Amino acid sequence: MSFIIRAENIGKRYYITQTQEYTMVRDILANVGHNLTRKISSIIRNNGSGGNPKQNELWALKNIDFEIQPGQSIGIIGKNGAGKSTLLKILSRITKPTEGRIRMRGRVGSLLEVGTGFHPELTGRENVYLNGSILGMRKNEIDRRFDEIVAFSETEAFLDTPIKFFSSGMRMRLAFSVAAHLNPEILLIDEILAVGDISFQHKSLGKMNEVAASGRTILFISHSMAAIKALCQSAILLDAGRIVYNGGVDEAIDIYTRDESRGTSGSYHQENISQAIAQIISTELVDNKGLVNNKFAHDNKITIRTRLLVQGRSIPATVCLHINNANLDTIIASYDFESDDAFLLPKKPGVHCYEITIPANVLIPGQYSIGFEITQPAKRTTWILNRIDMICPFEIYDNGSTIARVNAHWRGLVHPPVNWKINEDTRIPGKATNL
Amino acid sequence: MESEVIIEPPRRWLLLHARELWQFRELLFFLVWRDIKVRYKQTIIGAAWAVLQPILTMLVFSVIFGNLLKTPSDGIPYPLFSFAALIPWQLFSRALSDSANSLINNQHMVTKIYFPRLFLPAASILSGLLDFSISMLVLFGMMFYYKVEITWAILTLPLFILLAVITALAAGIWLSALNVSYRDVKYVLPFLLQIWLYATPIAYSTKIIPEKWRFIAGLNPMSGVVNGFRWALLGQTSETSTLLSLSIVIIIILFLSGLFYFQYMEQTFADIV
Repeated sequence: MSFIIRAENIGKRYYITQTQEYTMVRDILANVGHNLTRKISSIIRNNGSGGNPKQNELWALKNIDFEIQPGQSIGIIGKNGAGKSTLLKILSRITKPTEGRIRMRGRVGSLLEVGTGFHPELTGRENVYLNGSILGMRKNEIDRRFDEIVAFSETEAFLDTPIKFFSSGMRMRLAFSVAAHLNPEILLIDEILAVGDISFQHKSLGKMNEVAASGRTILFISHSMAAIKALCQSAILLDAGRIVYNGGVDEAIDIYTRDESRGTSGSYHQENISQAIAQIISTELVDNKGLVNNKFAHDNKITIRTRLLVQGRSIPATVCLHINNANLDTIIASYDFESDDAFLLPKKPGVHCYEITIPANVLIPGQYSIGFEITQPAKRTTWILNRIDMICPFEIYDNGSTIARVNAHWRGLVHPPVNWKINEDTRIPGKATNL
Repeated sequence: MESEVIIEPPRRWLLLHARELWQFRELLFFLVWRDIKVRYKQTIIGAAWAVLQPILTMLVFSVIFGNLLKTPSDGIPYPLFSFAALIPWQLFSRALSDSANSLINNQHMVTKIYFPRLFLPAASILSGLLDFSISMLVLFGMMFYYKVEITWAILTLPLFILLAVITALAAGIWLSALNVSYRDVKYVLPFLLQIWLYATPIAYSTKIIPEKWRFIAGLNPMSGVVNGFRWALLGQTSETSTLLSLSIVIIIILFLSGLFYFQYMEQTFADIV
């Protein structure tokens, strides 16, 4: 009854145009000719199946129904291509649904990209006004919050410099600050915290939490389950354009991570390779017999074989491996360059195959998943170029440890071998030997 | 609860979202402001370009049409005769080519944020008014030099400026919307502008057009604008008032149909741009 957003049976259809990026009038003429000859030839051959226009259609979203109450923070999760961004684009009115209806009550602010409309020739100050007004802020509103925005972005000293001279980190900070100080009833955010400056990411997430706590309604897309969990109480899980689950955030993440295609068999393959300059395209977990597996004894080593694809140009990217436990805490993080300084050199375009070994007797029995961050060390910070979370879920089982034998419990987060020694000493401290 | 927004599939006929345009009015201002700032930031002589272009064209025209071909200019010195026409033409042609490319040049905004898309072609037209005002000063200087007497007719000048702006807007919204789905527009545009330039009595006077063809020439709204400029500023007798009202009707039709087409296409811009 008191919903703030209600979506009824939303569907969005796209037609996939195969070869060319843009239509030219001559293509239309060519197509008309082509279709005509096809039709004629199919009539001659006396079958009506010539040229099925439905072949190229794709439903990015279908039968989407949900209702959101004011003040809720909802995570939207799903694989690449599941329809998350399309849903946000429809909610932010950038594109229209093909069918269905959405009712929204209140001002909508959408952050599909940080810094939309930033112009490199304009100064920081000018861009704050331009960007703020593009995002739907009134001039007096920007005036009022200007100092706050600038303070949050930590770019005071450069306000009158054209932003083409800003580092990308500064530009990002300024852009996020403008967006974070929007004051809409409904805030739509798409993965903006995914890339960028690590220290500022924490600050941004904190700001988002503050916004959520102030009673605003937030819809948040992220591939980072940890961020979703930190910000949202409930989540909508999308798969192939449909809602698979809509409810508590823990269950949604649980279903998502159990999803077959993320590799229950201990391997992961990226299906749609994107344009990103660096991305992980496959990962396999291999046991000590050399087989791909997803169950490992606690006293066996695990070998992770992963392939990094670099496209376009050489970049000084480094890969960071994360191992997350069932609570999504990162319990181990390791950079490639820790093993060899050579990893700091720029990586050439092409596929780079890594073999990473996790020694035996480190992980305690339980459920885990791995993730990778592709980062690029910059002057004062580290840039995240790409990340992938929660792939290759695996289990560590107890292979007959002493802990199991004596019926004790595994405690702590990791369990590297710790040596205990005991030396007998018969003297009792504190008791003076007055004999 | 305040206003409820309803999102529905695209519809063929939409009324102008006047209320929404009003809500976003400050954005129009910021877009115009951005266009102007950016244009002059990276040029060495900045605003001088606004004046230089029509002056150089005027010089070329004066030499070729005025001196060599001896084109009649209704008793007005040829440089003044052509410059008074080139200025509104410059306003129009710049506005048209900028607005036709406005959606393409701002794709990142179109695909990432919601705002009335109509503001993009509109802003690129309005930002041309600054250049126009600067070259108007030069024109007034020339009028002073040639000792032209200013009459009450000058008060009608804003009307003709408005006409030029609306003509550019009408053609601009059509072309910008078409440009999103058909990139041919980019190639057609320079050609279109060139033909339009010669179809408009800028280098020549309407009077050299044979009587029976004048009606056709009068359908060109820019003829009305150019003749109107000469009439308002140079006191040249105008015999085109019926043709002028006809071209106003044409512009209004072009403008309204453009609005409908634009608003219909607007709903899918983000998907195809």
